[in-house]
Amino acid sequence: MRKVKEFIIEKLILICGLASIFFVGLIFLFLLKEGLSVFNIVTPLDFLFGKSWYPISDPAQLGILPLILGSLLVTLGAAVISIPIGIGCAIYIAEIAPARIKEVLKAGIELLAAIPSVVLGFIGMITLVPFVKNCFHLPTGLTALSGSIMLAFMAMPTIVSIAEDALYSVPKTYKEGALALGATHWQTIWRVMLPAASSGLLAAIMLGIGRVIGETMAVMMITGNAAVMPNTILEPIRTLTATIAAEMGEAVVGSEHYFALFAIGIVLFIISFAINVTADLFLHRKQ
Amino acid sequence: MRNPYRTQKIAFSLLFLATLLIVVPVGLIVIVIIFKGFPAINWQFLSDIPRQGMRSGGIFPAIIGTLYLVAGAIIFALPIGLLAAIYLSEYSKENVLNRIIRLAIINLSGVPSVVYGLFGLALFVVFFKFGASILAGSLTLGIMILPVIITTSREALESVPDSFREVSLSLGVSKWQTIRHIVLPNAIPGILTGTILGLGRAAGETAPILFTVAAFYLPRLPKSIFDQAMALPYHLYVISTQVPNVDEKIRYGTALVLLALVLFMNLVAIIIRYQFRRRKKW
Amino acid sequence: MVKIFTIKDLNIWFGSAHALKDVSMDIYVNEILSIIGPSNSGKTTFLRMLNRLNDLNHNCKMEGNVKFEEEDIKNIEVELLRKRVGMVFALPLALPLSIFDNVAYGVRMHGKVKKQSLKDIVEKSLQEAYLWDEVKDRLNESAFKLSGGQQQRLCIARTLAVEPEVILFDEPCSGLDPISTAKVEEAMVILKQNYTIVLVTNNVKQAARVGDRTAFFLNGELIELNKTENIFTAPKDKRTDGYISGKFG
Repeated sequence: MRKVKEFIIEKLILICGLASIFFVGLIFLFLLKEGLSVFNIVTPLDFLFGKSWYPISDPAQLGILPLILGSLLVTLGAAVISIPIGIGCAIYIAEIAPARIKEVLKAGIELLAAIPSVVLGFIGMITLVPFVKNCFHLPTGLTALSGSIMLAFMAMPTIVSIAEDALYSVPKTYKEGALALGATHWQTIWRVMLPAASSGLLAAIMLGIGRVIGETMAVMMITGNAAVMPNTILEPIRTLTATIAAEMGEAVVGSEHYFALFAIGIVLFIISFAINVTADLFLHRKQ
Repeated sequence: MRNPYRTQKIAFSLLFLATLLIVVPVGLIVIVIIFKGFPAINWQFLSDIPRQGMRSGGIFPAIIGTLYLVAGAIIFALPIGLLAAIYLSEYSKENVLNRIIRLAIINLSGVPSVVYGLFGLALFVVFFKFGASILAGSLTLGIMILPVIITTSREALESVPDSFREVSLSLGVSKWQTIRHIVLPNAIPGILTGTILGLGRAAGETAPILFTVAAFYLPRLPKSIFDQAMALPYHLYVISTQVPNVDEKIRYGTALVLLALVLFMNLVAIIIRYQFRRRKKW
Repeated sequence: MVKIFTIKDLNIWFGSAHALKDVSMDIYVNEILSIIGPSNSGKTTFLRMLNRLNDLNHNCKMEGNVKFEEEDIKNIEVELLRKRVGMVFALPLALPLSIFDNVAYGVRMHGKVKKQSLKDIVEKSLQEAYLWDEVKDRLNESAFKLSGGQQQRLCIARTLAVEPEVILFDEPCSGLDPISTAKVEEAMVILKQNYTIVLVTNNVKQAARVGDRTAFFLNGELIELNKTENIFTAPKDKRTDGYISGKFG
């Protein structure tokens, strides 16, 4: 009797162990199921590199290049801001901060990670957007720049915590060896710790970028949502994620527009898949 | 020759500045929301339905909707996540399958939240014909928080010393009994922490519920799991961007309630973790 | 003398490391068999083989024939084998439970027992392990409050409670002070009347004090097995002599 019960439980455990594979597969399958139909209307090349996104005009123009460039532009901006600050903060927490302050700082970073993106978007709308508008004398503050700043902020917790882990897992002997040779603490960090932790730091950056590309609500609320080819960072743009979030509500199930939004989902899924697999390779290379 | 100590001083100052650039805004955001949102909070705001096109009244249906969604997500995700964590920590071997599962979990946690929304729409709303409903939204959120629960639970299970398992097995106790009576009880604080963090995440997400459950304006409480519902994060989005002329007080008040809910869950998780570390006996 | 374990041509590998090489021996009922040898000589691997704890290591491969009471141990249900062949580990590994629950744990897991008979089993086991008098007034306290020596005797009591036939001791006194060691040894000698004991020890003198027979392992091979007094007074192999006289180890 007990044997039977345990046999059933152990089979159940195995099934649940496989659940994550099942769900990843299911997500991809359903994105494909709904999204691939769009390629009856446009070729994959026209879809990816078409310069006009007018999904409800007749005939619909389904080129997502402006959206891809929009995503790339804000991501690039966010990366430029968040990488130095995030890695710097990680070094400070891992190496310099006294134990007490370290705990406070880590709690602060965790707090940031916990704030819902819609709340950050709301705050960004009220504070950051007018600030950017006044600073650069723009007609609107809803620009790629505002989005980049906000997203940089949202990428910080990921970058800081993974980078800190990477620095922390550098063997103590490396550091002690360098210090014993008379190097200053900073020289030790710069010449020994950072190179030793490099693959972990790369993973931190990649996962931070992954977070930025996938971010939806905040970016939709503060980038202005203009689906045009971006020229400068001071103009409104629209990202892949925001397009889905903003338009799916109005798209009729089974319409071209609906399929096209799912096809954007496929693109996002593949991007995040690639980023996460690469980051994982970096993280486990050192072992 | 440059003075290495001066270089160090400058470098450390810059690192400190970088840290301030993150931590100070976080503090400011929280403080601003608390101060500006607090005047809006009163019993009516928390217990009334939205009135006059959401320009006055309260946010009660949104609070309830979010609680339903979070509860539904956890009912779905906790059993699956916990069993998956048990599989990974207690049963799996270092092999290809294990590696694929790990990759799947990493990807599941990396999929953009709006893609979860698409998936929920395609599978639950359209394919299973649940319609936009609490059920569809909860399941979508549940799958989204699965990796959080699996990862934290697994860490908690693996932190139980192997010697406990050996002792139990050496007494002729079966593997499942060992897990059930020795490993699980000692991992519960960690599992709880992960679960609550997952809850907080589910409560704050907007994109996955956009097309699966969220109602723009529904001034009544949902009656069944097949009803649409309002939810706090979506409500905040709506009154911030879709409805003109909403009193700023109401926006800040809604943001404060949402933030308080999420931070409260995180706080509970942190306290449990802290208590557990202090009490840990091995 | 009745054989309880019959071991023939036993080989064990961990990955590519050959941990035990062609070991053959018998273990008799109600004896104390001491196993000595330097570290990494395969003593503990041999001990853990007897109740198949090596199975927990996925890299472990075993060949040969090991019989427990005339039955191949591979054919005995592993839980039953471990219940009949108990183990006391090197470190005092109390479970994070109360003193009472530690002893009662195995019994409870093996099936429903009446409250009173459970109490009786716990008391009897603690008495056999020489611990009862020290803990009888605080059975509900956490086992971690006991001293190292007390915890180790608690572990013995916990093993006794499931009524094994053989008890495997894996360097049970390695972490203990001389007084606690003496108490554990005393317990072992008395336990011999009802149980078969296999004792792995790094402490040659301990083997001399308590063992009926002593086996000497070196680099995974069984070098010599004989009555304890013979091993210590007239070892046949030079290496045995070298080890017990302290020339290496």
